Amino acid sequence: MTESTAADGDGYAVELVGITKRFPGVVANDDIHLQVRHGEVHALCGENGAGKSTLMKILYGMQRPDEGTIRVDGADVAFRSPADAIRAGIGMVHQHFMLADNLTVAENVLLGAEASHGIGARARARIGELARVVGLRTEPGVLLERLGVADRQRVEILKVLYRGARTVILDEPTAVLVPQEVDELFATLRGMKAEGYTFLFISHKLDEVRAIADSITVIRRGTSVGTADPRTVTSRELAEMMVGSELPDPGTRESTVTDREVLRVEGLTLAAEAGRPLLADVDLVVHAGEVLGIAGVEGNGQTELVETIMGMRHAGAGRVVLAGKDVSRASTLARREAGIGYVPEDRTRHGLLASQPLWANRILGYQTRPPVARPGRLGLLDLPAARRDTERIVAEFDVRTPGVDVPAAALSGGNQQKLVVGRELSGDPVLLIASHPTRGVDVGAQAGIWEELRKARAAGLAVLLISADLDELIGLSDSIAVILRGRLVATADPATVTPEELGAAMTGADGEAAS
Amino acid sequence: MNRVRTVLLPPALAVLFAALLCAVALLVSGDNPLTALAVMITQVGEGTTAVDIVNSAAVYYLAALAVAIGFQMKLFNIGIEGQYRLAACVAAIVGGAVALPPVLHTLVILLVGALTGAAWAGIAALLKAYRGVSEVISTIMLNFVATGLIAFLISTDAFGVLRGNNISTQPIAPSGQVPGIPLGDFGRIFGLIFLSAALGVAYWFLLERTRFGFDLKASGESPTAAAAGGVNSRRMVIIALLLSGAVAGLVGLPELLGRDLAYTLNSPTGYGFTGIAIALLGRNHPVGIAIGALLWAFLDKSALALDNVGVPREIVLIMQGSIVLSVVVAYEIVRRYELAAEQRRVAAQLRARAAEPAGVGSAGAGSTGAGS
Amino acid sequence: MTAVAERKAPTGPLRGRRLPGWARSALVVAIGIAILAVTVTLTGQVQLTSSGTAQAAVRLLLPILLAGLGGLWSERAGVVNIGLEGMMILGTWGAAWAGYQWGPWAALLGGIVFGALGGLLHAVATVTFAVNHIVSGVAITLLGLGVTKYLASLVFVPITSNPRESPRVEGFTEFSIPGLSQGAAALEDQQRVVVSDVAGLLGGLVTDLTPLVVIGFALVPISYYLLWHTRFGLRLRSCGENPVAAESLGVNVYRYKYFGVLISGGLAGLGGAALVLNPGQLGYLEGQTGGRGYIGLAAMIFGNWRPAGLLAGSALFGYVDGLQLRAGGEAVHALLYTATLIAVVVAVYWVARRAWVPAAVALGAGVVVYAVYWSIDTVPREFASYAPQLVTLVVLAVAAQYLRPPATAGEEYRRGEGD
Repeated sequence: MTESTAADGDGYAVELVGITKRFPGVVANDDIHLQVRHGEVHALCGENGAGKSTLMKILYGMQRPDEGTIRVDGADVAFRSPADAIRAGIGMVHQHFMLADNLTVAENVLLGAEASHGIGARARARIGELARVVGLRTEPGVLLERLGVADRQRVEILKVLYRGARTVILDEPTAVLVPQEVDELFATLRGMKAEGYTFLFISHKLDEVRAIADSITVIRRGTSVGTADPRTVTSRELAEMMVGSELPDPGTRESTVTDREVLRVEGLTLAAEAGRPLLADVDLVVHAGEVLGIAGVEGNGQTELVETIMGMRHAGAGRVVLAGKDVSRASTLARREAGIGYVPEDRTRHGLLASQPLWANRILGYQTRPPVARPGRLGLLDLPAARRDTERIVAEFDVRTPGVDVPAAALSGGNQQKLVVGRELSGDPVLLIASHPTRGVDVGAQAGIWEELRKARAAGLAVLLISADLDELIGLSDSIAVILRGRLVATADPATVTPEELGAAMTGADGEAAS
Repeated sequence: MNRVRTVLLPPALAVLFAALLCAVALLVSGDNPLTALAVMITQVGEGTTAVDIVNSAAVYYLAALAVAIGFQMKLFNIGIEGQYRLAACVAAIVGGAVALPPVLHTLVILLVGALTGAAWAGIAALLKAYRGVSEVISTIMLNFVATGLIAFLISTDAFGVLRGNNISTQPIAPSGQVPGIPLGDFGRIFGLIFLSAALGVAYWFLLERTRFGFDLKASGESPTAAAAGGVNSRRMVIIALLLSGAVAGLVGLPELLGRDLAYTLNSPTGYGFTGIAIALLGRNHPVGIAIGALLWAFLDKSALALDNVGVPREIVLIMQGSIVLSVVVAYEIVRRYELAAEQRRVAAQLRARAAEPAGVGSAGAGSTGAGS
Repeated sequence: MTAVAERKAPTGPLRGRRLPGWARSALVVAIGIAILAVTVTLTGQVQLTSSGTAQAAVRLLLPILLAGLGGLWSERAGVVNIGLEGMMILGTWGAAWAGYQWGPWAALLGGIVFGALGGLLHAVATVTFAVNHIVSGVAITLLGLGVTKYLASLVFVPITSNPRESPRVEGFTEFSIPGLSQGAAALEDQQRVVVSDVAGLLGGLVTDLTPLVVIGFALVPISYYLLWHTRFGLRLRSCGENPVAAESLGVNVYRYKYFGVLISGGLAGLGGAALVLNPGQLGYLEGQTGGRGYIGLAAMIFGNWRPAGLLAGSALFGYVDGLQLRAGGEAVHALLYTATLIAVVVAVYWVARRAWVPAAVALGAGVVVYAVYWSIDTVPREFASYAPQLVTLVVLAVAAQYLRPPATAGEEYRRGEGD
């Protein structure tokens, strides 16, 4: 609506032409075009792994493109470091905050930009001015650790403005915010837009994009597939642009759900160090042959739910019953032995030993069970059997690797994930907990993993599926529960629910979805 | 060939680099490095030197094993020093006080040593597991406290006796001693050298063939992945430090039972730090540590020989220090380089394989690139 | 790492009613002296607060303080430095060598330069090559010891024919603060409760000083100012708290880590020089550091990685050491009584804040310490010498979770590998 500022002709704040960036084995960005006008909020949409982050790192000087041109205010630029980008008036708010807890707000802002106003009273005055612009109501002398997430984000934006940025890249800024905070952030952004700031807003949340953006560029599998007008486009159309024609078709599956309970969770509560509990009174049931999907905005307790069921965190109250056996007090190992397979959301941190060979990774989590453990109480391992079984997984799950002796770190993300999925389906599990099973994997591996999950479900496996990808959730799940602020707030039938309805329930906008 | 490059090259280069450094130092101070080298090599054949080297190496080997157990899960037991000294002292006191038949007497002493070492390490283990105290700091502090405790234990107020003008514990009766194996003119090899060897094998087996070893390595590589894989990290910390302390408790015993027979204020110190250096040198591998221990003992003995020809014996200390520092740098460089090379190689092999079956559909990235 | 700890930020009274830092420190010192005075009165151990003890404490705390400051600079930049001991040893040789030829001021410089050389090695290994900090620290201590012994035998043997000792080095001339020193001594002699105690402790601080003592104490506020009130310090600390963020803001993290570790080595070396220039034993003596590098590290941890706390830690360690040297086990025994009183004060403090568990723990500890006090007559000399290490262990066991080390101290950091 505010298209007053220089919208004509070549008046682009930022223009990317034919940007291509290759990494060993992958093309992260492939001939991307992007044009951002002055004083607008331009959204960049795409699925996880579509290449958004790489593109923004290129624009911010953290990585250099192999091909293509970057223009800022019409002039060609070549950034060798973030410092160059900052000098050109571009700032970035990272998805993972770049803040130091043990420094004060002012120190966090000043760091690296001491030259502009010193570090004394003049700097504090300037921080005070900008704090009003971004809506930060905290003393600059307060330690950052005392700030909540929304305020931290404001400090991040403040940091960028303090360096004189006129164009601000926001990488998934709403991922960690609750809806009211999102609204406040958007109000701030609109105010700043009126003062002439330009924003590049990266997100895969379509409602938010439509709410805040003046124009949209969609990228898919590393290339830009088009632009859209947020006033006319629907979420469905956007989603189709993002995933292409490969939107999973929910209609063709027949139900394999049985009435045999595999997992029952009752009143599960997990206290936080301070404030609102991370999980409050969670009840859920997964039957054999059923996929229960958990939908939710990231940071609403999904990770904690999974880790509590796995026994990696200790619940304050509540019961976890696996196949009729109460495992609430059992160790992680005992729960695994009782038949839980676990595909963690961050495979490099929780799923793999990066420098160990594939066959050693086969042992992880299965140290006590055949085929990798020898029978008896001595705790001996059967290495030849571990190797053989790893070779089986490599073949069955199509893990692309020259052999089972290479370290896990040498494989691509998709192949690592296939290895993890293969391993976790190998121990005759009765329940599989799959957290974002296709995050950061290529399209081919994604289809393969989906297929394996469907097969296992047909064979009677119970699956608890956590995903940020709504289409994946709807496509795979037999029923869906929505998690918000540590509570299961709604349920939905994947056969009838639309991503929009689900999105509304996830943000708590509508209170109840179809139940 | 690849393994040779990653495993043997870094230490070889480090030794070479350290030798060059020392050669320069000797040249600067007006000594001839070649003479020094010749003396160092010929000394091995003289008198009891060869046996002395093996004996020292056996002791160092135990110390390095103790360190390596902790290193496997990135626990830095800097406290081997205090653990082995206190254990030797307590074992000497107990060994001197009890009267038991042979073998049993020895076994009791060994057991007491291991238990004392484990108990002393156990303090650090509990502090780490339940209070989150860094084992580095706590074991350093415990080293000092052990020194005080030993001085108290062998004072005449406690268990010490005055022999000549030196205070020591009661000597251990022959039933508890482990006599050396005589090798004629070459001297005597410690009987407990077999203990070192056996523990080396046990260490290898534990690490490579058992669930505990796997858990240990997994915890060292990625505590988060180990936890998700069902490894109880608190339990691992405690067991690893207890084991490390138990092995440390044996370090002082070959000399105690084979040579000294009593613990005195002059009993040897410093093996703990030697153990750390050798574990680093041998990269925590049982065979690597053995080689490292022999090298270290060889350098130690060279000091005497060098002194005889007028070369400052302290050059050996520089040699040892620079070997350790350069070897850790060399391992780090090679590790990073190898991982990157491995990733490139895997990618290249997969590309080559994908190219074979007519390239239909497989090169997805390439085809989209051509299409746009 | 998204810290989704607490969403509701405490936006209200963030400043609170807390006393400013200097006032709290002063209060703690005052309470401490009061407790000591009570102990003196009740146990009759006048050495506890004599000027002689204070003087010995100052001399003993100086190397610890300097080593601790060395640890502070390095760890604030994110590099754990357990090579302090080795750098200190290098410093003793450098100071003795330079001091023998050109006098005490050259000794200081010699100590700093040799310590900094050790620091340089540590920086090259840990920063440039990303070697584990502990591993590098141990290696540098080994190497520092070796180099020092080699140089000592090379340079000192022709003069002293003893590789373990340097020739006598010229020390600083000692001076006392006129008026204050005599006045305090007069007051102390009157043996009046509290007044004489304060006078004794204070008198020890202003009598027979050397420039090095003044420099050492001055380095505490200087370090504080540089680290917390300059751009250089801000950048250096940011490298210890969140190097990835610092890098993203254009801070050259490697450079600041190098600075931190170099300064650290220099300070440790200066600590070595303080040993060489100790009026009681002027010169290099093999093994004279006696693990003070590690104790400095302990003092830094005791002081929660802050200059003033570090000073308190060094003062405590130096004081116990000095007391033990001057007055022996019985005086240290009286300190157990002091410890009991402190436990009671702490318990009262927690009760006032209605924190029952810490109060009970403090009271329990007090009972245990008092039982020990009651059951023995003197602390064996062997343990009295290691009181600092025991105190550190206890502090760590009790307060580890209240300590606030720099967030990434000890972690390996590679440029461009963040996120």
